[in-house]
Amino acid sequence: MNFELTDVQREIQRMCREFAARELIPNARKWDETHQWPTDAVKKLAELSLLGVAVPEQYGGAGLDNVCYAVAMEEISRGCASTGVIMSVNNSLYCDPVMKFGTEAQKAEFLTPFARGEKLGCFGLTEPEAGSDAASQKTTAVRKGDEYVINGSKNWITNGPRADAIVLFTMTNKEAGNKGITAFLVPTNTPGFIRAEPDKKMGISAAHSCSMFFEDMRVPAKNMLGKEGDGFKVAMSTLDGGRIGIASQALGIARAAFEEAVRYSGERKTFGKSIREHQAIQFMIADMATEIDAARMLVLRAALLKDKGVRHSTESAMAKLYASEMASRVANKALQVHGGMGYSKEMDVERHVRDARITEIYEGTSEIQRIVISANLLKD
Amino acid sequence: MNLELTETQTLIRDTARKFARERVAPQARKFDREEFFSVELFKELASLGLMGVNIPGQYGGAEAGVVSYSLAMMEMAAACASTAVAMAVTNMCAELICKFGTEAQREKFVTKLTSGEAVVGSFALSESHAGSDPRAMRTTAVRRGDKWVLNGSKQWITSGAYAGVMVVWALTGGQGNKGISAFIVEGGTKGLIIGKHEDKMGLRGSNTVALTFEDMEIPAENLLGKEGDGFKLAMIALDGGRIGIASQACGVARAALEASIRYAKDRKAFGQPIAEFQGLRFMLANMSTELQAAELLTLRAANLKEEGKAFTREASMAKLYASEMSNRAVDKAVQIHGGYGYIDEFPVERYFRDARVQTIYEGTSEVQRLVIARETFKLLD
Repeated sequence: MNFELTDVQREIQRMCREFAARELIPNARKWDETHQWPTDAVKKLAELSLLGVAVPEQYGGAGLDNVCYAVAMEEISRGCASTGVIMSVNNSLYCDPVMKFGTEAQKAEFLTPFARGEKLGCFGLTEPEAGSDAASQKTTAVRKGDEYVINGSKNWITNGPRADAIVLFTMTNKEAGNKGITAFLVPTNTPGFIRAEPDKKMGISAAHSCSMFFEDMRVPAKNMLGKEGDGFKVAMSTLDGGRIGIASQALGIARAAFEEAVRYSGERKTFGKSIREHQAIQFMIADMATEIDAARMLVLRAALLKDKGVRHSTESAMAKLYASEMASRVANKALQVHGGMGYSKEMDVERHVRDARITEIYEGTSEIQRIVISANLLKD
Repeated sequence: MNLELTETQTLIRDTARKFARERVAPQARKFDREEFFSVELFKELASLGLMGVNIPGQYGGAEAGVVSYSLAMMEMAAACASTAVAMAVTNMCAELICKFGTEAQREKFVTKLTSGEAVVGSFALSESHAGSDPRAMRTTAVRRGDKWVLNGSKQWITSGAYAGVMVVWALTGGQGNKGISAFIVEGGTKGLIIGKHEDKMGLRGSNTVALTFEDMEIPAENLLGKEGDGFKLAMIALDGGRIGIASQACGVARAALEASIRYAKDRKAFGQPIAEFQGLRFMLANMSTELQAAELLTLRAANLKEEGKAFTREASMAKLYASEMSNRAVDKAVQIHGGYGYIDEFPVERYFRDARVQTIYEGTSEVQRLVIARETFKLLD
């Protein structure tokens, strides 16, 4: 038993921390206010091989482990949560399933350029009436010769407005329920692929998402990811990894809020002393620090299990559930430590509160995580 | 990073688990109901190496490290929190004497603790007006020839009536950190008066007494560490002790969770097992998630201590989080059991009472928060 990061993991952490300090922290507030996609930052993520962290080098990735990925996600999200989720979607939700379920030909076309960061991927599972209940997919794919004709819509697709390809989930056999879902790799320039305007969101404003519509969109049968009917399995296994990414994002947001609160508590004075000399503030800081560390333990454990190739659904769900709810608590406490200043857009902490909030919702709400965890607990 | 247990750690955990399930758990209700202290049981614990898990073999210990100790504590506490706390205090005293004692002290007293000859150890720091703030203590030790003479009294001393070896803190200088010294006192020493057994809400199988010292003479060579080192020794011991109590909290919470899962599958309401209701499943999911976070924080602190690294902040985090987690868990366990959670036919009301002290002893949650905040400012400034 050993809780220390390896030299490589520490080096990735240092590199990402420096990158965040240099490129992200000085810009994140502006990107948030103007809802500006962080074009340069995403390009630089690619240069640092952070868009395919756990993808083997032969497919254009960095060939690192998932602990490296979690550590990198925390540091990048600590700088800018929007940049963090852009990175997470490309790594966990796009590259990971293509790596795991793709054929060699699919990997050449749909993995290597994306892991290198030349292209950007997204993940199309959620629909207007199929969020947590992913099995009630209404998007259909019907086989016509060598092609499938896809009709339907998806929404809240992060990276959607910018993505070059999507891992798209469709219903190929409605009667079969879960077993009737099939995934496809679809370039976004396919005729019949229509994107709506980016969503207007409360937070992670620099990471754009949108609805998309498919109107008689024809996709070659060879673009099927996994076998027909395997879609639900592809989606669930992908989300097990994605939850590690979002849990790490939550951890990064919490750390940003926490570190700003610690700094501010040393500067701001009330009743003749710095506010951190008041026990009320000290106790908030102590609780924040403790919960951040607790969350990190859960996150790194899940990443470690993924690296070992063992089932980690429960552990990922625990990491995601705890880290996301922790991030909201910590960001709110950090805002409280800042008092009125915390509510002002002159500081970053109000952004952290808004950014943290989504981590309890996407990639499986807290309620879905509890369903996953309890199902495992009660299994005989 | 690697979370796999070593062979030794697995062996100690399994040994503790087997003993806890077979020998301790069946008696836990009796210990609680009858406030029964089983001398025999502690001798058995000693024979398994569990009274000196992190003590070198030459002094009768298992020499298995701090992670093993933490794992053993979790197992014992899952069966009986009262037994676990006596085990924790004994291990803590043995470690303290091992670390700061002379060779003669180690050979004499550590061996007594690890072998079971002392039955259990006691840690006598708290006084009626000096709990979280030990500097306010009033017990004095005065040197007279080749003796120290102690006068004063101690409060809330775990296992005090049974301990063959205890570590006692007293003022040898003025008030303040540097005026405190630690001494090794043997059970039965003349002038050592055992006060009345405290009637407690929980941990009723654990003996808790006041100790009074009336011109109690102990040999000069029983000074532990140097004169004036007492405060430092106490703080170091408590850092380690917090890992023990965090482990105890994890054990009790695990027992509460397991009892809740069993009950939820068995009990029916509205035509189906209550385990089928989301309201209940979500409680179990929260309990399990928080328990595992607490276990990881605890094992991290244990691992740092084992590797000789700084662990004050991490031990306080583990203690704070695990103790508050266990209180949430036992409360939910009572809720899940409904009326049956409130009666002694089921063990969860005992878990509830046993968990409550965990946010108080070995440094209250408030003291842990002070430590964590202080260490955080040091780390980030």
